[in-house]
Amino acid sequence: MTYPTDFKYTKEHEWIKASGNTATIGITHYAQESLGDIVFVDLPKPGAEMTAGKTFGSVESVKAVSDLYAPASGTVTEVNGELATAPEKVNKDAHGSWMVKIALKNPGEVNSLLSAADYEKFVAEEGGH
Amino acid sequence: MKSVTRKATRHVNQNEGLIFEKSSAGKAAWKLPPLDVPEVDTQKLLGSSERKDLGNMPEVSEIEIIRHFTRLSTWNYAIDLGMYPLGSCTMKYNPRVNEVVSRLEGLANGHPYQPEKVSQGALRIIKTLSECLIEITGMDAITLQPAAGAHGELTGLLLVRAYHQSKGHPRKKILIPDSAHGTNPATAATVGYAVENLKSDARGMVDVAALAAQMNEDVAALMLTNPNTLGVFEQDIAKIADLMHAKGGLLYMDGANMNALVGKVRPGDFGVDLMHLNLHKTFSTPHGGGGPGSGPVAVKKILEPFLPKPVLITKADGTLGFEYDRPQSVGRVRAFYGNFGMFIRALAYTLANGPDGLRQTTEDAVLNANYIRKGLEGAYDLPYSTPSMHEVVFSDKLQGKKGVHTMDIAKRLIDYGFHPYTTAFPLIVPGALMIEPTESESTEEMDLFIEAMRSIAQEVEEDPEMVLAAPHTTRVSRLDEVAAARKPVLRWKPS
Repeated sequence: MTYPTDFKYTKEHEWIKASGNTATIGITHYAQESLGDIVFVDLPKPGAEMTAGKTFGSVESVKAVSDLYAPASGTVTEVNGELATAPEKVNKDAHGSWMVKIALKNPGEVNSLLSAADYEKFVAEEGGH
Repeated sequence: MKSVTRKATRHVNQNEGLIFEKSSAGKAAWKLPPLDVPEVDTQKLLGSSERKDLGNMPEVSEIEIIRHFTRLSTWNYAIDLGMYPLGSCTMKYNPRVNEVVSRLEGLANGHPYQPEKVSQGALRIIKTLSECLIEITGMDAITLQPAAGAHGELTGLLLVRAYHQSKGHPRKKILIPDSAHGTNPATAATVGYAVENLKSDARGMVDVAALAAQMNEDVAALMLTNPNTLGVFEQDIAKIADLMHAKGGLLYMDGANMNALVGKVRPGDFGVDLMHLNLHKTFSTPHGGGGPGSGPVAVKKILEPFLPKPVLITKADGTLGFEYDRPQSVGRVRAFYGNFGMFIRALAYTLANGPDGLRQTTEDAVLNANYIRKGLEGAYDLPYSTPSMHEVVFSDKLQGKKGVHTMDIAKRLIDYGFHPYTTAFPLIVPGALMIEPTESESTEEMDLFIEAMRSIAQEVEEDPEMVLAAPHTTRVSRLDEVAAARKPVLRWKPS
């Protein structure tokens, strides 16, 4: 799997694509693969505040419920409502199935996250995939 | 090698539909005698609340009911049929003597509303069991009210909250290791605490340096399972307790894995402030559908004033009774005094074994887990080489190369006549196989299990597709869990 180079990544397996003061967030291909078939995605409502490193929602698969951690701080502006009825889209295309869009509190925050190459190295060590 | 009879891969097993599908209008399993009291006008009594149409209720005869449930019962797997190696669940034998004792007339027919003066025997059972559990855990006081493990956790954290509130600083956070049972963070969140994750080190234990960095005066307690879910004893437990206490925090122990400690080491002696026990795990009362459970919470003296009320006391005249005047109590957490029937069974188990017997039980449980560890070494990957206590955790790393994962191996194990082990938990081991044989298993049964598991590892090498399609000998094959979770059908509807 190739990880898009215009995304940044967290060690908790979220991706974030920033453009100016806004950003789009989802979970990585590796995350969906380890979770297995996703059956429910629990997301915040527009207007909710997110704090970098804190949970903002959860993903439930047949195996487990996993928290979603905010890659950056900000305010939720849009939520991907499609995932409420079609959570399997995350399995099919994790990098194309965004979860929330946020207005970044501090756009510089994103720069400190992992690059695609660093993230790939990280998951190779973690799971042997 | 000794010749052994393999467990049946196929046994008689009756097919059965839903009871609604057997229904035919007007059929009944009862016949009442003619009315010999004045008839009541229900319409007048209930008005518009009267309901004549009961909707779709199955109408079947008595023998149809009996056959329906008897056939369903043949689908069950139980500890009475074979090994039930679910890790962290301690599925041990439920001794028949427990059942005999709990059916004694005076106990079986006792009623919680009986006056205390005619309930002295029952109260004595509660008192003796309490004393035994206090001695085994090394704590100072106990409540037997909680109905099961997670309820014990809830009660425990209510005590933690009441304690910190009494000190004038309620605190906000609970620390929980990443290897913890899922119920721990759920409990903390339910009580209103923020949960902070604590990473494990390379040995699979709490990282003491990380704990020192995360511990502060906002942390109410650390919830720790010991041995933890990798079956590993937290060797730094005394240091962990000191770190918590130095900043005014409490150490809560999840007693799910107490089967590795009874009679050998006491949590109260290694710094635990409060803990729950699972009588349906460690103390041999029925578990998993055969319950109910029971989750006593044992505490150190500092937490005693907050225990749920009523509390059992010895009165001035020497008789036993309940005390309700407990101003600092968190209140009642369960009707009456908990699941009394389980207290009788747990006490029968404890007294029948005695101190030496319980110690032997613990040693045998640890020996059995290590027997399985040795038997499966090489066939399955062992992610942590730290010595195992009462359970052992392998991973599916070797089988993963062929595309076969822990769930597939578990499904294939059903074909060999065993209940699966715990799959995919603890979460810190990708593709975990968590195996706990308990002390109940003989070497013969464990040899069968080891042989089955080694045989599956071989099958994965030679014919992975066959393992991926397992089970093959059951009444129904692999169920579509994903469809069941995404589009659940929760009730029967007439077609």
